Amino acid sequence: MIVNPITNGVVLDHIQAGGAMAIYKALNLDKLGCQVAIIKNAESVKMGKKDILKICEPIDINFDVLGYMDPGITVNIIKDGAVVERKKLELPQRVEGVIKCSNPRCITSIEQELPNIFKLTDRENRVYRCIYCESKYKNQGDIK
Amino acid sequence: MRSLIDIQELSTEEIDELIATAKDIIANPVKYREKCRGKKLATLFYEPSTRTRLSFEAAMYELGGNVLGFASSDNSSASKGESVADTVRVVSGYADIIAMRHPKEGAPLVASMHSLVPVINAGDGGHNHPTQTLADLLTINREKGRFSDLTIGMCGDLKFGRTVHSLIGAMSRYDNVKFVLISPDELKLPGYIKQETLDRKNIEYTETRSLEEAIPSLDILYMTRVQKERFFNEDDYIRLKDTYILNEAKLLKAKKDLSILHPLPRVNEISVEIDKDPRACYFEQTLNGKYMRMALILKLLGVE
Repeated sequence: MIVNPITNGVVLDHIQAGGAMAIYKALNLDKLGCQVAIIKNAESVKMGKKDILKICEPIDINFDVLGYMDPGITVNIIKDGAVVERKKLELPQRVEGVIKCSNPRCITSIEQELPNIFKLTDRENRVYRCIYCESKYKNQGDIK
Repeated sequence: MRSLIDIQELSTEEIDELIATAKDIIANPVKYREKCRGKKLATLFYEPSTRTRLSFEAAMYELGGNVLGFASSDNSSASKGESVADTVRVVSGYADIIAMRHPKEGAPLVASMHSLVPVINAGDGGHNHPTQTLADLLTINREKGRFSDLTIGMCGDLKFGRTVHSLIGAMSRYDNVKFVLISPDELKLPGYIKQETLDRKNIEYTETRSLEEAIPSLDILYMTRVQKERFFNEDDYIRLKDTYILNEAKLLKAKKDLSILHPLPRVNEISVEIDKDPRACYFEQTLNGKYMRMALILKLLGVE
């Protein structure tokens, strides 16, 4: 299957196979009016299989959301048919407004206006903790 | 401007400095009587407390300052639905420093983010209670003369016991400290404290359900109450509340220089017959809490 290269926009490469739809939703790509290609299970030398998202217009990407969901993604910014920037992601130190604390004893459980903020406390095991109550976030990948 | 939300925000040097100030206050109380003249402490207590609130108030009065505040959320605008952030924005216009207790974890952190004056966490749910830890540290220091080379037994509710969590965090920075964690299975120390504090710092610890087996090895026994207010299910509380009761018989195999601490209030987990035992330190501990709160207020207000 061949999907043509894009002229201007963003290509999210090296998405873990099966992960593209969750990222499509988390980045609100369904709200875009431009063409978006979701390529699932593309062949990859490094990964065996991978997903790719191609977005045919420049957009602001929330790298915290993306890095939190899949730190292995490569973001390619395309301008006039050429890659002008290639960004490798990593787990963000802090994620705000992405995931929600489920601890019923946390202050966020009664004060809904507070921003849900989590900090990375263990990079190796991808552990995020609520900055208020320090509860571990349990459902990795489950975006608010 | 500096607040104190978690004991880990204080460096070892700062803890030493607070202990030195507290000891100087004990030795020379008159010297400190006017240090906070004209300053006001607001005690915002959204949850009932006797010791901590009175200790903060006594601390401020003994420094020559004044106190205002409320002692339960029923008497505050929280009962009308006001947020912590709004309350603190208002109160920080009236006071020079705030001590806050709140049943929800993280509320004092929220307060510190919106306050114009220093905020002291006076206990947030089952989470942190740094000034209790300062009281515990001064007690250990005065009893043992050191923080290193100690075997510390933590007994009772290690799951919701915020004083336990804070003390483990504070003591884990000293050399050759070992912990014996004594609790029923349902109230064991949370895994994250074991992994991220004890394991990460290679601190030796053992877990047991038996106080009798643990007691001979201990230099310090930190007893805690099973707290009714931390349970959503009263049946669980009733089943677990009498798991450990320290009495003379259990102390027979303890070291002669054991120090028995308890953050108080106690219900029945330490028999009153122990109160006259020279190893019981829990009433001195409450007094030490006042001195450390005095030292902390001076530090956060920048009073020399």
